[in-house]
Amino acid sequence: MISAGMDVGAKTVKVVIVKDGAIIGKGIATAGLEATGAAGAAWEQALGEAGLARDAIEKVTATGARREEVGGYDDAMSEVVADALAMHVAVPEARTIVDVGAEEGRAIKVNADGKVLDFAVNEKCAAGAGAFIEAMARAMQVSMAEFGKLALESTRTIPINAQCAIFAESEVVSLVHDETSRPDICKAVNDAIADRLAAMSRRVLLQPKVALIGGAALGIGLQDSLKRGLDLEELVVPENVQFFGAHGAALSASEQ
Amino acid sequence: MVAEEEKSKKEYWRWDETNWVDPEKAWRDAKIITAGVDVGSVSSQAVIMADGKLYAYANTRTGYNSPESALNVARWALEATDGMTLEDIHFSVGTGYGRVKVPFANKAITEIACHARGANYMYGPTVRTVMDMGGQDLKAIRCDERGKVMSFLMNEKCAAGTGRGMEVIADLLEVPIQEVGERSLDVAEDPPPVSSTCVLFAKSEMMGLLKKGYSVNQALAAYCSAMAYRVFTQIKEVDVVEDFVITGGIAKNAGIVTRIERLLGITSLKTDVDYQLAGAIGAALFGKVLYEKAQKK
Repeated sequence: MISAGMDVGAKTVKVVIVKDGAIIGKGIATAGLEATGAAGAAWEQALGEAGLARDAIEKVTATGARREEVGGYDDAMSEVVADALAMHVAVPEARTIVDVGAEEGRAIKVNADGKVLDFAVNEKCAAGAGAFIEAMARAMQVSMAEFGKLALESTRTIPINAQCAIFAESEVVSLVHDETSRPDICKAVNDAIADRLAAMSRRVLLQPKVALIGGAALGIGLQDSLKRGLDLEELVVPENVQFFGAHGAALSASEQ
Repeated sequence: MVAEEEKSKKEYWRWDETNWVDPEKAWRDAKIITAGVDVGSVSSQAVIMADGKLYAYANTRTGYNSPESALNVARWALEATDGMTLEDIHFSVGTGYGRVKVPFANKAITEIACHARGANYMYGPTVRTVMDMGGQDLKAIRCDERGKVMSFLMNEKCAAGTGRGMEVIADLLEVPIQEVGERSLDVAEDPPPVSSTCVLFAKSEMMGLLKKGYSVNQALAAYCSAMAYRVFTQIKEVDVVEDFVITGGIAKNAGIVTRIERLLGITSLKTDVDYQLAGAIGAALFGKVLYEKAQKK
């Protein structure tokens, strides 16, 4: 059976096509104010990679906060369950999933069967979401990739006192003005968000292995800070971190 | 391209910095000259009082360096006067977030005490509840007829409900901050409030509203309603007793003040004195008391 999952997040749209459980195509595009165009682009990429026409897809399941803006799916499911389903395939030994999207953070506790045991979500405050790092990177005029790299060059720990992203932006600008080293600022920002994620993850009584996914998981600085923040020996960062929601949705579509 | 760049450089959040002097007063006749300097996270005020009466002030944006900001705002207040210098001031009190970094201050006093005392001066002894809507915090203070603090609460964790949050929105919608309040009231009917609490998320939500066909005024109304409601739920906890006053920069925003009054079912007292001066006025008044005490010893 050929099915697809579409994850319409706050910032990006992801599409994954699976055939008999295996990924045969995936696509991703940035959604601005309008997600429909991005969905079209993500679909085109995914279908191109799979070498299929849209009508070859037997069933589409959608997830993500903005899915209703886009439409064009048969079924919908929660991001939490989608993440768990995909993780069970990708890293079956993971017991805690930390998913950091642009405007949401989630900690999900799963069992050996990939069932969700507990979860915590923050969707109210940017301080625990990818948008926090993006805002700070913008304030420093540094690309996201460079931001992570710089953080790893840091040699000392300084605090970001503000929790709020808006206040932290002013604080970061002050630090830049004070000529604090840029690597130290980048690390401080990653530490700040990692603290918030760690607090959220502890609410579900996290257990190893812990896997980090979502767009923010691409940040090597965040990976490093979260590993330290959670006091872990190993933090699994699987491949395709951005596609877990869509992959899970596709798997769910093929189950039924 | 050039036009685009110029547009992006325009700072809609930037409010007018001012200085003022009472032309009727001759400060050289005064027995005690005191100064209060309120170095906030966003704005700084310096107030000079002659025998406990407002004589001169300045209101500026806080820079990156607190001691420098304190000196700058004090110098600017002095500039308005007829030749007064820092040496002519008998006693100076620092308050606000940067209160311990006022280089010429004889003492630092918390902004809670100063705001209550200042509001008592600005609005009179009937004031019982002062809500200060600052750049990066929200304070609700219950006080007695002498301006003494009975109880207070403070939110300084989150930009929702603060002046800084409002500045970000003004910038986003390219509306000069002074016009935000009036324009938010210039709608046929208030649209549903913005649903995101977080200012960063509210930004994307508001861009979406514009895309959906909201006018800029409607988008401002949606934000102001949400902000007023958030502030309302926070200050309810202090049991708002009349007379009620709102101080700080947001007190100049009729769109927020009107909506908070509507939610509380209470009208706030108004004054001609700049609403941002409450902390600095309180500090200068404390300065007078402290100076007199020191003289008696």
